[in-house]
Amino acid sequence: MDIGHEQLVAFAKSFGLFYLIALSVGVLVYVFWPTNKKRFEKAAKTILSDEDRPWQ
Amino acid sequence: MVSQLTLGERQGALCILLLLAACGLLMLGAGQNDPLGVHGGIVMLFGVLLIFVVISGYFAPEPGTDAAGRYYDDPSKVGIVLAMLWAVAGFFIGDWVAWLLVYPEMTFDAAWSSFGRLRPVHTTSVIFGFGGNALIATSFHVLQRTTRARLPDQLSPWFVLLGYNLFCLLAVSGYLIGITQSKEYAEPEWYADIWLVVVWVVYFLIYMRTLARRKEPHIYVANWYYMAFILVVAILHIVNNLAIPVSFAGAKSYSLFAGVQDAMTQWWYGHNAVAFFLTAGFLGMMYYYLPKRADRPIFSYRLSIISFWGITFMYMWAGSHHLHYTALPQWVQTLGMTFSVMLLVPSWASAGNALMTLNGAWHKVRDDATLRFMMMAAIFYGISTFEGSFMAIRPVNSLSHYTDWTIGHVHAGAMGWVALITFGSFYAVVPWLWKREAMYSARLVEVHFWFALAGTLVYVFAMWNSGITQGLMWRTYSEGGTLTYSFIDSLVAMHPYYFARAVGGLLFLIGALVGGYNIWMTIRTAEGVKPEVLADLPAPAAARQASTGR
Repeated sequence: MDIGHEQLVAFAKSFGLFYLIALSVGVLVYVFWPTNKKRFEKAAKTILSDEDRPWQ
Repeated sequence: MVSQLTLGERQGALCILLLLAACGLLMLGAGQNDPLGVHGGIVMLFGVLLIFVVISGYFAPEPGTDAAGRYYDDPSKVGIVLAMLWAVAGFFIGDWVAWLLVYPEMTFDAAWSSFGRLRPVHTTSVIFGFGGNALIATSFHVLQRTTRARLPDQLSPWFVLLGYNLFCLLAVSGYLIGITQSKEYAEPEWYADIWLVVVWVVYFLIYMRTLARRKEPHIYVANWYYMAFILVVAILHIVNNLAIPVSFAGAKSYSLFAGVQDAMTQWWYGHNAVAFFLTAGFLGMMYYYLPKRADRPIFSYRLSIISFWGITFMYMWAGSHHLHYTALPQWVQTLGMTFSVMLLVPSWASAGNALMTLNGAWHKVRDDATLRFMMMAAIFYGISTFEGSFMAIRPVNSLSHYTDWTIGHVHAGAMGWVALITFGSFYAVVPWLWKREAMYSARLVEVHFWFALAGTLVYVFAMWNSGITQGLMWRTYSEGGTLTYSFIDSLVAMHPYYFARAVGGLLFLIGALVGGYNIWMTIRTAEGVKPEVLADLPAPAAARQASTGR
């Protein structure tokens, strides 16, 4: 199939809109999903631990 | 250092280095009548020198099995020292070219000392030499701490660190003898580019292999930023450097792209180099060392994830704002402009997140210059991302483009954000890595902070004034419809600002020298190392223990 300039431009101008909106929605859902709250809080806190050895 | 490598790794290192030296010899032979030969010599020397280093430690006893119970920090340590050396060299050349603009006759009638050759030496030394080494060094450190896993082996981190420095060395030495492919921030020629791809793939693999071994199931947000930096820089580097060498016996190559496509590819690369090299990687640094130093969790972990995805997906499209009013289709320019404006959201989310983390701990910022470095970096990050979004708007760009305003903007980001967050992180990590209670001198950190801040402010204000003056002079018409000022008139008007800029740069350089001295003395001063500090505790915890006497 031969893709001309016009088709490429039309694709670029439309597709980007939808996938970026989908991405934003996906990220927001993941971030605000209630069961994830604990995980995020734990992640923020555990780096402050003074332990400085790999876990075995 | 070699003693930490297993016997197999020492042999592997020797094989790689022999191969490298052989490649150098081949380049030296094939490129006899070309600048390529000089680079062949450098590659060969680099390989041979390291062969001697490996041999000198070859028969040292192998590391014990207890090594698995420790993090592997040697490459991070060397990376930090190298970063400081590149910083001093890069700032020095930067100030040199700043004075060259004040006194253009200062070239000693030599080709290598012309502005066009010295300027990329400055940009490469600072961005790739200083910034790149800082990113590699801190990424290994952060990666291990946040995954609670040791690096997968001892050889590949050295390959990445030293291989990367060979690339930087080839780059800056090449400019001086006239090797360049004339793409801003992507000047090195094809053979150096291929070498960097190899190094970079190994770097990414180290990241993936360590993550695969992680003991902490959740991947901390700093790692996401570091990974975006590594992955996207690889994509950008490969695509923008697609080129065909004129001959395998010569340095010169021609880009696969031509005309406006070439310009668009270059600025897609160029702006994303700012986004993923100078922003994402350093945000990774900030999201780890700032909470750690303040001893407070990041204000909003959720916000940090939202801004991560915002930054990675929006920055990709912003590059075309470098090509306003050119042959690039209008809608592509508008696309770049729109995304640049939208980028303000994730950028300010990160800057705000950092500052809100410190909210409630301002007394620590007041007392601790290290934390103040990081806070000031977040402020400059906020300022320069706002400025960048603003300058990307087409009518604003018509005033700012091609003027010193752009230079001022870049340096607000590079000095105010990138360098300050790096120095702050270094002051946090150096005592930790070398098992000291604190830096050699807290007062010198303070001195460095004020030199760096003063230098940045003088520099940025000089360039704002200069740029806007320049832009206005270029667009002032007389009643008769002719330009009021000649180009030379604008140059004369620039002179005092160029002088001020060079002074600002000098202040920044002095600050870096003070910082380098302080770091060196911290490493050298073995006294005061307490046995409990040796037990692999980060510095703040050790200091706390010492003060409570536990």
